[in-house]
Amino acid sequence: MPKDHGIGASPKRREDIRFLTGAGNYTDDINIHGQAYVHFLRSDVAHGTINSIDASAAEAMEGVLKVFTAKDFEAVGGLPCGWQVTDRFGEAMQEPKHPILAEGKVRHVGDPIAAVVAETPEIARDAAEAIVVDIDELPAVVDMKAALAAGAPKVHDDLTSNLCYDWGFVEENKDAVDEAIKNAAHVTTLELTNNRLVANPMEPRVAIGDYSRGTDEHTLYTTSQNPHVIRLLMGAFVLGIPEHKLRVVAPDVGGGFGTKIFHYAEEAFVTFAAKVVNRPVKWTASRSEAFISDAHGRDHVTKIELALDADNNFVALRTDTHANMGAYLSTFAPSVPTWLHGTLMAGNYTTPLIYVNVKAVFTNTVPVDAYRGAGRPEATFQLERVVDKAARELGVDPAELRRQNFIKPEQFPYDTPVAVSYDTGNYHATLDTGLKMVDYANFEARAAESKARGKLRGIGLAHYIEACGIAPSNLVGQLGARAGLYESATVRVNATGSISVLTGSHSHGQGHETTFPQVIAEMIGIDESQVDIVHGDTSKTPMGMGTYGSRSIAVGGSAMFKAAEKVINKAKKIAAHLMEASEADIELADGQFSVAGTDKSVAWGDVCLAAYVPHNYPLEDLEPGLEETAFYDPSNFTYPSGAYFCEVEVDPDTGAIDILSFNAADDFGNVINPMIVEGQVHGGVAQGIGQAMLEHAAYDENGQLLSGSFMDYAMPRAADVPSFGVDHSCQTPCTHNPLGVKGCGEAGAIGSPPALVNAVIDALHRGGYPVEHIDMPLSPSRVWNAIQSVK
Amino acid sequence: MQMTDSREIAADRQTVWAALLSADVLKECVPGCQEMTGSPEDGFEATVTQKVGPVKATFKGAVSLSDIVEGESLTLSGEGKGGAAGFAKGGAKVTLEDLPEGGTKLSYEVDAKVGGKLAQLGSRIIDGVARKMADQFFERFQTTVEGPAEPEEASDEAPEGEQKKGWVKKVFGG
Repeated sequence: MPKDHGIGASPKRREDIRFLTGAGNYTDDINIHGQAYVHFLRSDVAHGTINSIDASAAEAMEGVLKVFTAKDFEAVGGLPCGWQVTDRFGEAMQEPKHPILAEGKVRHVGDPIAAVVAETPEIARDAAEAIVVDIDELPAVVDMKAALAAGAPKVHDDLTSNLCYDWGFVEENKDAVDEAIKNAAHVTTLELTNNRLVANPMEPRVAIGDYSRGTDEHTLYTTSQNPHVIRLLMGAFVLGIPEHKLRVVAPDVGGGFGTKIFHYAEEAFVTFAAKVVNRPVKWTASRSEAFISDAHGRDHVTKIELALDADNNFVALRTDTHANMGAYLSTFAPSVPTWLHGTLMAGNYTTPLIYVNVKAVFTNTVPVDAYRGAGRPEATFQLERVVDKAARELGVDPAELRRQNFIKPEQFPYDTPVAVSYDTGNYHATLDTGLKMVDYANFEARAAESKARGKLRGIGLAHYIEACGIAPSNLVGQLGARAGLYESATVRVNATGSISVLTGSHSHGQGHETTFPQVIAEMIGIDESQVDIVHGDTSKTPMGMGTYGSRSIAVGGSAMFKAAEKVINKAKKIAAHLMEASEADIELADGQFSVAGTDKSVAWGDVCLAAYVPHNYPLEDLEPGLEETAFYDPSNFTYPSGAYFCEVEVDPDTGAIDILSFNAADDFGNVINPMIVEGQVHGGVAQGIGQAMLEHAAYDENGQLLSGSFMDYAMPRAADVPSFGVDHSCQTPCTHNPLGVKGCGEAGAIGSPPALVNAVIDALHRGGYPVEHIDMPLSPSRVWNAIQSVK
Repeated sequence: MQMTDSREIAADRQTVWAALLSADVLKECVPGCQEMTGSPEDGFEATVTQKVGPVKATFKGAVSLSDIVEGESLTLSGEGKGGAAGFAKGGAKVTLEDLPEGGTKLSYEVDAKVGGKLAQLGSRIIDGVARKMADQFFERFQTTVEGPAEPEEASDEAPEGEQKKGWVKKVFGG
């Protein structure tokens, strides 16, 4: 029988009650007495020289407090980049300044030029229209390869070119890989694009700056996944405000998907401006503004070559990728196409030789950074597409070609040739589970039935690996991270036994308020309702690194576990004193401390009360109170994996795709709340289907974003996705964190695009249309045109 | 977006040429034009209201004439700023030729470019809008230069007919 509480149970998400009844407290719900409003005047050309900005008419308008331009920020730093990549030749990447407001040049449509602070949002907007900006438009670079051509216009005049870095990994393997590919029995080559995406969380970004003259304290309320990271970056590198005078609050946040990790200009602006105008300053992005100011995702162009021997064993893999950085380096942009991508190129396979080359390129487009999966979807997509193509070329079953090359269960821990060491996994088990879920054996009969109706049925498989639980600080430090990636938690036991857990993790849809208490309840044996989670406020929680990279339960949960262990150990000492027993004999079960082998016991609540009302207490040995903090730094990444299957029907006359089924067999290690895990997979798969079939951030050759609204940028809707089959019964617990968990937040978005594209290509081949590849999104017109191209 | 087209106008080349250089004619012919002032030498200042999909805006901008080969060809270029709506830029290279049977053949190559919110929200339909605007411009230009085709049409649209006649008079001093 399933458990009804604690680890492994599926209580409903407690936070949903407030979200679903309009009782949430989002940043835009916060209004501070006396607040003013800012409107940013943004560039409508992609590249240009600013000759002059005349704000006199705007400043003269009634209700305008001040118009800011780059001049006001001369004493302030630019937005910092949190990761430095070293190139193939040992040189640091090219790192341009990223000013708060454009200095001398605009570099993408949406680049902020000036900011009007006024009494109302309407006045601010009207006044922004009255600012006269004289810009000489310059030719824009949009295409990455064109940006690297000799004589291409430079996005940053002070850099030597538009090349941010040319990264090779593992550089020492390059010659051996080239040699192996030259001598291989078979080489499968594929060129593909990982389309550019806009994250589009339901809640657009909002920031409010508040300054107290009385205490010289700054507060920033912001839609962030990691308030402590924002405080560190903005305080130390941009505005020069010490941490004790700067509080960052990220209250309820309506979805992040990566795009709310980064430190944005608007956050620094409102914090700075609030002091200058001596009023709270609020900014709320419109959806249109979000499209041209939120960091975009993906945008890789790749050539991948897979070499196989005569027995179909993978012998070498070589990739050549161009990765778009956009106009500036967003906070973690350089890490995504490198360490979060190259290290995953082994996938689930024993390929002994791998070489990954990545050229990161500046263009006159919105900056590109991590988006749900961040580097790992890019790695998985190309690898699982090329493996599928190889199976077709060799005439073998794609599931069997994968199985043959899988790392075998007995080979773990497994050191890949791309620097990471997988602790556990069982890819054969997830593949077999997936094959059963989709009834693979009877696919041919279903395909025949579709054919009789004039439809093309196809089945696609992708087997993914990801590296989660980000990350061992000493390792990422060597790789260029300018931050540690531990997590923190304080377990604060109140006098009558209820508990507040102060965590550095941040929930913006993940359900921490439900799952974290399940862990504490399990450890102590008290009801989950006795435990609350506090997060998202630097003045309340210990310094933590926030939520991204499926790290919360693996790293934040482990910190909480360690802090709870400390609390329990101290409580056992108190219980031993109360029962006049030896600490070694104290056992904790179901919220009762008992002395082993006796009927003596004392309740959890009584021990807690003794800690805060220490009338009968070992004061000479033990401090009063019951509150412990732990910082947890993981010793390795975690490696969730899984088999994803998509079955489609393609209409050859229209190119329309109907997804008939989508099944996911994941190995997330131990699972705290199965319902929430399934929800995470559902959401991830829906986003992956969005990328594969619908979503595309399209720029024209002048750098204008063409799909800049929900009229042209197609988000997946309920009717676009099937009812998902989800299984996580294959569990190989993580060996190096105390909960044995691996993380599940990104898996769906990683495994689903290649499964879907593989299914469509399979359908076309079965229908007699030998199409080798279609770039995402697989819109009906692209599929139809591909069919016509081989007719 | 780029396009080319031509029209046959029942007027001699000098008449057509003079009309191309007239602020009044341009005002008459630019769809949505509220105001047009200036001269061929100094360029024109224009205010144009247009709706592209969900974006309606009033563009203020300059229209200039360049590459003038008297009586034969010229390039009309315009750039309008629509505030929060973004900008539109366009040019038309216009060439005139005598038709053997009388009248003038007017050929044009148009290219148009938009930016900002117009591109962000309206790109899907901008080609259609630009084509329609160019067609309307040259349609109206033809009507204006040729004057009212039939007397009964003139009486139907008396004010417009009057205006057209008024222009012909002004240009030719008659």
